[in-house]
Formats: sequence, C-alpha cells, structure tokens
Amino acid sequence: MTAPASPEPAVDALFVRRWLAEAAAVVDREAVHLTELDSAIGDADHGSNMQRGFRAAAQEMEQDPAATPGAVLAGIGRILISRVGGASGPLYGTLLRRAGKALGDAEEVAPEQLREALRAGVDGVAQLGGAAQGDKTMIDALAPAVEAMGFALDKGASLVDALAAARIAAEEGAVATVPMLARKGRASYLGERSIGHQDPGATSSALLLGALADVAQDGAL
Amino acid sequence: MLINVPETVVADALRGMAVAHPELAVDVENRVVVRRDAPVPGKVALVSGGGSGHEPLHAGFVGRGMLDAACPGEVFTSPVPDQMVRAAAAVDSGRGVLFVVKNYTGDVLNFDMAAELAEDEGVQVAKVLVNDDVAVVDSLYTAGRRGTGATLFVEKIAGALAEEGAPLEAVQAVARRVNESSRSFGVALGACTTPAKGGPTFDLPLGELELGIGIHGEPGRERRPMMTSGEIADFAVDAVLDDLAPDSPVIVLVNGMGATPLLELYGFGAEVQRALGARGTAVARTLVGNYVTSLDMPGASVTVCEVDEELLRLWDAPVCTPGLRRGC
Repeated sequence: MTAPASPEPAVDALFVRRWLAEAAAVVDREAVHLTELDSAIGDADHGSNMQRGFRAAAQEMEQDPAATPGAVLAGIGRILISRVGGASGPLYGTLLRRAGKALGDAEEVAPEQLREALRAGVDGVAQLGGAAQGDKTMIDALAPAVEAMGFALDKGASLVDALAAARIAAEEGAVATVPMLARKGRASYLGERSIGHQDPGATSSALLLGALADVAQDGAL
Repeated sequence: MLINVPETVVADALRGMAVAHPELAVDVENRVVVRRDAPVPGKVALVSGGGSGHEPLHAGFVGRGMLDAACPGEVFTSPVPDQMVRAAAAVDSGRGVLFVVKNYTGDVLNFDMAAELAEDEGVQVAKVLVNDDVAVVDSLYTAGRRGTGATLFVEKIAGALAEEGAPLEAVQAVARRVNESSRSFGVALGACTTPAKGGPTFDLPLGELELGIGIHGEPGRERRPMMTSGEIADFAVDAVLDDLAPDSPVIVLVNGMGATPLLELYGFGAEVQRALGARGTAVARTLVGNYVTSLDMPGASVTVCEVDEELLRLWDAPVCTPGLRRGC
C-alpha cells in the first residue's frame, strides 16, 4: 500500500462525533426536501422524523460524550431508536448501533475496520427491513456505497478517497431508485404509482454518507 | 375537538385512564399501561401497542384474560422500542412475553427492535403479526395486509390461553391460528380528524362512501354513492368470505370506527348476520361495538374468525379489561 498524499484523519470518537454534527446539520438543511419526497410516496414525515432524531442525538452526545468511536456510534443508534419511531428510527438506529458494535472498544480504528463496521450496519438494516437492492429503499444507496468504499480500499486508496467513492455510489444509488417499483414500506401500497419518485430513505442515506465523506476530507486537510 | 393542545393528547388520555381504571398501572411519562397485578406468576405475558387513535385498542384491553401491557404511540404513529422493552420487563414472570403486532412497517420494525433489546435483558420474546385486512393486496411486492379488527380476536383468545398457564409456544401458536382464521373489511362514511391537523384527513363528499378503508384514514379500495346498511353488509361479507371461505362457524366483530352511533351499528350487525347466513356461514358469537376505531371516523368494519371448539372456549373465557368485560 502506498502512503496517502495527505495525512489521514484518525477515526476516533471525535471523528464520529463530528460526523454526527455534520449529519445533523445536513438533515436540518434537507428536511423539507426529504419530507417532499416522502409526501409523494409515503406519509410526509421523513424530514421531520430525521430532524427530531438527529437533533436529539447531537444534543445528547454533546452532554455525554462517549470515549470510543464504537460507543459513540452505538449511542447515536440507541437515541435514534428511542426518539424517532415509525420505520426510519429502527432502521437508522440499527445501521449505527450495529456499526458501533462492530467497532468494539478500540479508541481508534483503521479504515478497513470502519468499512467492516459500515457493512455490518448495512447488513443489519437489510435484515431488519427485509429489503434487498432494487426494492427502492435505503439499501439502494447504502449497499453500493459500502461496496465502493471496500473496492477503493482494496486498491490502496486513502480513507478520504474511499469515502468520496462511497458518497458518489450512494448518490447514484439514490437517483437510481426513481424508476424502481417500491417493494417495501408504505410506498409499496402504491404499487405502480411508486415509479418515477426518488426514495426518501435512499436520499437521506446518501446525505449521511456525504456528511461522512466531508468530515474525512476536512480532517485530512 | 375536546382537547387542550395536540401535543398532549396521548398523555392527557393516559392520565384519564389512570383515574378511571385504578386496576391498571399507568406510566404516563413512559407511555406504558400495565396490569397492576403483573407479573402474574407462572403466566406468559401478552404485550401489544401501536399508534393512538384506535381506542379502546390497545390500552383498553389490558387486564385479566387479555393483555398484560400496552404501549400507546403518538396518534397513528408506532410506539418506540423503549416502551415495549419497559413493558416486557414489567410483565415477564419468567415464562416469556408474546408481542402482538399489527402489520405496519413502523410497528413491525419497532417491535422487532424491542424484541432484540428485551432478549438482551434476558426476556424470552415471541411475536405474532396481525394482517387481516382483505382490502390490501397481499403479495411479495407490498408491505402486506394491514392489521385491523382481528387484533381484538388475537388478544382475547391468546390472552385466555395464557391465563390458563399455557407455555409461550402454545400461546404464540394459538395467536397465529386466530390471525390466519380471521379476515376484515371496513367502510367509511367520512374522514377522521387528527389532532395535529385539526381537520379531516381526506375529502369524502356527503352521500358517498369509501370501501376497503384501513384504520388511519388511508384511502380505500373504491368510492361509491351511498349504499344502505344491508347493501354495505353484503359488500363487506362478500369481500371477507371470498378470501376466507370458512367451513366451520365464525365469531363476528361488527366494529364501529368511532363516530357511528350504536343504533346504526346494531342495525348493521343484523344485516351482517343476514348476509353471512345467506352465504351459508354459521355464526357462533357476535360482538357489536366500537373496539378498533379510527378517531372520529364514521363507518364500520366486519371481522370474522373461523373457530373450532378450542377457540370458541377461549373466546368465551372471562375477560376483565376496561374495553371488554364479561365473567369478572
């Protein structure tokens, strides 16, 4: 493996807390858009639910900062599960809780461990929601992102570059949900009428991965 | 609406339940309603929950012979897992807990999470999914049928078996059997009013009715000009029996959606009885009333459950809850 061009950000508790803060900010900015997407094929509350959950998480983690990246992620996951309700609370909560559990209690983790943790989180989401790629869900953004990140790391890319690749894959994955027929969640009640709309969950998933890539980029500067 | 502010509707109702039903332990802050004598030694516990707005479901069915605990969410929004975990811990006697879950994505996921968390805490959890609404197409490509009126049958019959001291596997098995033997169909004569919105959830002109509705003001299967009670009964019974085709007698729930007077509901119940008879289905028991409601929606649903001697015996067993009470 070649040495990265710029210093790699350390994936520690501070890094994960900065990801949470950035994610909360992005969700705030995009809440109206997420709710608009959700009104077309759901029940018009995805933006406000995500906002409520991430605001609570950001607030609580500030008051009680955990010492390891795994503990921070698991903590955010638990807060989302406790605060959001509906479908997105358990799904995003599981994503972060499983990822946190996979990181164990190391104070700093390698990029490869972060990738494995994200993969564990995405597997948890797929298992809980019973969704596969192509069902027009979060998985359509998350799965390709983890794949792209792994592919980049295997080729010797830096964490910053691997997360940039993950972000692009997630954004493309979210856009790719537009022509899909929803097979899971409330949108599935619409059948054919779900076609032609971008999935709100895939969209918010891409936002979270974008926030992660941004935080890594900033940390590397 | 007879409320203070929308934000406190659920908490206000729970405070009122605590006053009216001292036999229940009502935790207003954590939104858990528990039988005061729980955990009942040697008994499998039943825990259910869901969005508020369907009263007396679920908290009104907490008591001997039915649920051990209920977890009310916000209006039409699933509760969060913390509520179910807290409820499970409060009612588990060591013989395990059955979660009764209506089939909506949010409810399913939150109960799944709760089961995982409760098991981490050493509580043995089994689940039953209620999905009886024939108005929704059930296929691999949808979230599946909605849970509606059959929830009452599942909670009553499984609750009775649990009260007899049956093990968790048996209570879960009978709950599943009741769900598989049940079908529902609902009609609305108007929309309901959610506290948050303060107005009707959809526009239904006077003189029209919506056929195949759920219990959250969701759209139905089709909209038609007003029909008579007898015509609606025929339509609902046809929809249900086309899907179930029972060989044995059935229990019938003629359920009001919240704003239909009992005078009309009893009349509708007679028509449902006639319609079932016309299709050759014997009725073993009938329950008429507002049990699985949709806030102030005018309308009704019909649920039938095909029963054998065991299910009928469990249906007839004593039940002592605020919402359903006999033999106490």
